[in-house]
Parts: sequence; structure tokens; C-alpha cells
Amino acid sequence: MITDGARQDEGPVLAIKDLRIQIGGIDVVDGVSLSASRGRILAIVGESGCGKSLTALSILRLLPKAAKIVDGRVELDGGDLAHLPEKDLEDIRGNKASIIFQEPIASLNPLMRVGAQVEEALRLHRGLSRAEAWREAVAMLASVGIPDPERRAKQYPFELSGGMCQRVMIAAALICRPRLLIADEPTTALDVTIQAQILDLMKRLRDEVGTSIIIITHDMGVVAEMADDVAVMYGGRVVEQGPVDTIFAAPAHPYTHLLLTTVPRLDGHRKSSLRTIEGIVPSVDQWPQGCRFRSRCPLATDVCAQRPPLDPVDAAGHDAACWHTDRLMELA
Amino acid sequence: MTSVTVSAPLRRRSHMRVSLTRWAPIVLIAAFVLAAVFAPLIAPYDPNAQNLLARMKSPGTVSRSFHYLLGSDELGRDLLSRLIYGARVSLFVAFASVILSGVVGVLLGMLAGYLRGWVEVLTMRLVDVFLSVPAILLAIITVAVLGPGLVNVIVVLALTRWPRYARIAYGQTLSVANMPFVRLAAFMGASAPRILIRHILPNIIGAVTVVATLEFGLMVLFEAGLSFLGLGVQPPTASWGAMLSSGRNYLATAWWIATFPGLCLFLLVLAVNLIGDDLRDRFDPRSQ
Repeated sequence: MITDGARQDEGPVLAIKDLRIQIGGIDVVDGVSLSASRGRILAIVGESGCGKSLTALSILRLLPKAAKIVDGRVELDGGDLAHLPEKDLEDIRGNKASIIFQEPIASLNPLMRVGAQVEEALRLHRGLSRAEAWREAVAMLASVGIPDPERRAKQYPFELSGGMCQRVMIAAALICRPRLLIADEPTTALDVTIQAQILDLMKRLRDEVGTSIIIITHDMGVVAEMADDVAVMYGGRVVEQGPVDTIFAAPAHPYTHLLLTTVPRLDGHRKSSLRTIEGIVPSVDQWPQGCRFRSRCPLATDVCAQRPPLDPVDAAGHDAACWHTDRLMELA
Repeated sequence: MTSVTVSAPLRRRSHMRVSLTRWAPIVLIAAFVLAAVFAPLIAPYDPNAQNLLARMKSPGTVSRSFHYLLGSDELGRDLLSRLIYGARVSLFVAFASVILSGVVGVLLGMLAGYLRGWVEVLTMRLVDVFLSVPAILLAIITVAVLGPGLVNVIVVLALTRWPRYARIAYGQTLSVANMPFVRLAAFMGASAPRILIRHILPNIIGAVTVVATLEFGLMVLFEAGLSFLGLGVQPPTASWGAMLSSGRNYLATAWWIATFPGLCLFLLVLAVNLIGDDLRDRFDPRSQ
């Protein structure tokens, strides 16, 4: 039922170029470039404080007041969003690009029927009549897998479970068939079985609506399950990016490599303790010069005091920012 | 066995008491409201018709063809009729001033809590200034300047009482405005008025209602106080406060003139406060 035949162009839906975001004069996002292709899922991975949420929020200019975009471009379908007047942004938010937050229950107004919340974007952006919008909302609730949508649409959020609420949020986010959906840790608040269902749902809707999805997560399991492409962030920079299979099979940056070894494996030794990456993420004002992972990296040498460029590792779009990509074997 | 037979009636009695304290005030207020609305139908006589030959007759007196159920006042007017008409003034002033001050206060409070910045500073400091001055004093001064009268009393009460609503609406808005669903609505392209009315107002109206109910009782007293001081509605219009004031002079010889309006005030304010307490308990998340 959901089709988007209007635009079939093949350029990236979203392109972020050399984005720099400052908080209090300190670069918290430093020269990030990303792109999301039509109908593909891009995962931005990293530890807390690596700038992944700021990067994603900056796309729709939802940054907290203290944070400022000082440089770079954010292009949605070729148009720059970073310098668009606030008024024109309103036309894009919820319409061409949408977002899902991590707390599904708190993201719904407790005193509004869920159907009314799903149809809100439609009424704001499409100017549909109440009856038409309601019909679409019910249809959307059905397509996100909510049983008995007619009845559910008339219920209030407290009558729904957390997983149901997240389905409602996804319905609300996708009702205008946006070109881009940003999902900020969409499954963190849900238990594992519901997580899998929600991820499946998002993949299915991606295929039906043709929306590109950017998913922000720290969960490598979610990345493996969902993503087509991965961007690994550390210290406000992208340290490695590329197709998910390549990166999981042959990571080229020591941080990615170590991050993957921290994931417990079913075929690993059962008694062995969980692997960790030594040290903690330095606070923003204490990032080292050059490569920011230097202070925790087992491969670090003097050359790491120079900032490594994000260079191609192979021809398939796999890039890494490390001087020692050839020495990764030493980490095993 | 004994514990069962003892506890069952106990529980029933406490249940009855709960529903009594819940329903008695509502019935009482309904009675006052009905009396006020249908005053011309209910009142036995014209409230302003004087009968100087039947001055200060005690309750139950029959004089010529007049039957003074609650007695007559110093000008021979039927006290019951005056009480019924007086309910109109009390309730109208209270309703109107609560609605007026509530609308103004909630609007300003929500704007302060949602827009923050200089709007917040300006509004909330103004609220502080208003709340630091005793409201009745402020009301007396303003009425004295504007002149007495029904409309002026309402305007003055609204003017002095809006900060109460502003403060509660402000605090509630602050907490609701940071909820993800409000940020999401803003993100989806909802305008500030739409967010305030559709998303924030329904979530703060509970707390505001509690304040409004308690304020209602206070407004009845303020009106009575202003009328008592001669700054409210002007004679010969009946008002409980004014009746109390004039009856005070005859307390030794005709106790009923001051007692019955006082009793009406007492019952109305008590009933309103009981409802307010009940509402507060219901809206308080800790008691659920």
C-alpha cells in the first residue's frame, strides 16, 4: 500500500560534509562526512559522548542551545539544511525527514489518543481533513503491525505496552512517507524480543516506503541486524566507515576492531571474561592531539600525533582513519 | 469469625463517610447555584422591598400578610429573599474573577515556562512582586482608586489573583515542556500556540483546576470583604458581605441579620474547599 513513485533519483538522500559542531568553543563533532543512500540503512556507532547523537540531531537542527554548527553542510536531496531559515525547516521536519527518540512512552502525549498523534504530521503538512487523516492513521497503525488498529487508535498511550508505543511512534514518524528517518537508539528501552520485532518492522517499512534510515546505536548486535552501511565514531570524528559486511569481516581501524572483540560470541570460550577496551573516553577538553584514539590504542606510535586522514582501504567504499591499518594483525 | 463481622460494617461506614464528604459539598454548591440562577422564582419577596413597619422582625414572624421565614433586616426587607439574591452576587463575582484571573494567569505562566528567556524573567518577577503584597490590601487599594461596583470588583480580583495561576502553570509547563512528546511535536512542525494548547494545557489543567477551586472560595470571601468595607456592590443590591456589614450594627438586638449571611458564606467556602481538597487528592500522583 505504501509507495513512493515520485522521486527515484539515485544521488544520496542525505549528505553531511565536513560538519563541525562546537559547544563552548570546543569541537565536539569535528569534520564528519557521512552519506545515506536511498532505501539503505546507515548505522552510526560509538560510545557515549562520541558525537553520534549530536551529528544526527544536527541534520534537522535539533541541537541543544549550547551547541552550534560552525562549519560544513548538511544536504537533504541536494538542498543545504545547515543554513536554512527555521521557517523552511518546519516544512521538512516530520515531512521529508522524521525522527524517533529512544523513550517511546514519554514520546507520546499521555492525554491524546494515539490515532490523533499519528495523524498530527499529516494534518500539519498535508492539510488533510480530520476524517481522511484519521483513516490514514488507522491504515498506518495497521501497517506497523498493531492488531485491531481501529480500536487501538482510539486508546490512550497508557493502555499500550512499550513495544506498541514504539510502533505508534514509527507510524507517526513515517506517515508522511519521509525521505529520511533518524532513529536515535530506537530499541534501547525495549526488551530483546520486542527489539527484534521493532528492527524487523523498520526494515520492512524501509522496503515499502523507500525511506533511508539513519540508526544511532551503541549496540553492535543492532548494527549487524539492521545496517547496510556503518560509520564508527570516536571523539567527534568518523574513524571508519563502509559496508557492514566488510567492516565486520575486516575492520581496518583498531577502535572498530576492539569494539567488535568486546561483543560476546556464542562460539567463544564460555568461561572467558568479557573483553573491554582499556581506559575511558577522555572528556571533550582532554582529547589528544592527532588521532584521538591514541591514548587508548595499543598500536599507537609517534606518527599518531598527526591527524590521520579518512582514506580508502579498498575500492568498495571502505574508509578508515588510522596510520596503522596494516598492523591490525598484532591486535589478535 | 469475629474479625469478619466487625470489619465489614466498619469498612462500610468509612466508605459512607468518604462518599458523604465527597457528595455533601457538591450538593450544597448545587443548591447555592440553583438558588442564584432561579432567584426570581424562589425568593418569596422582592429583596429590595422595604417595610419600615416590620423592621428587624425575628425569624418566623408573620406581619400582616408577610411571612418572614428568616426574619427581616433593619429596613424591613425579607432576609431570605436578600440571601437568595445575594448568592447571585457572591457566585457571579467568584466565577467571573476565577475564570478571568485563571485565563490570564495560565496563559502568562505557560508562555513564561515555554518561551523562557526574558518573558520568563519578566513574568515571574512580576508574579513575585504581586505575591509579596497581601492580595486583599492590593484589592482594597485598587478598588478605592477605580471606584466600587460589580465589574470593578471582578476586574480587581482578577488583577490581584492571576499570579497564583501563573506560578502553578509556569512550574507545570516547565516540567511538561521537557517531555519528549512536546519536543517531538515541536519537531513535527507544530507551532507554539498549537503545542501550548494541544499538548501542554491538557497536561497541566489538573493542577490548575485544584488551584482554581481553592481560589473560588477565597474569591467569595474577598467579595464579601470588599462589600463589607463598602467597596463592593453598592446598596441596595443584596450581597452577603454587605449584609454582614450592616447586620453587625444590630448584633445585640437582631442577631439574624448578620448570622445568616455569615452562615451562607461559611457553608459555601467550606464546600468549595472540601471539593478542592478532594480534587487535589485525586490529581496528586503520590496518592494513587
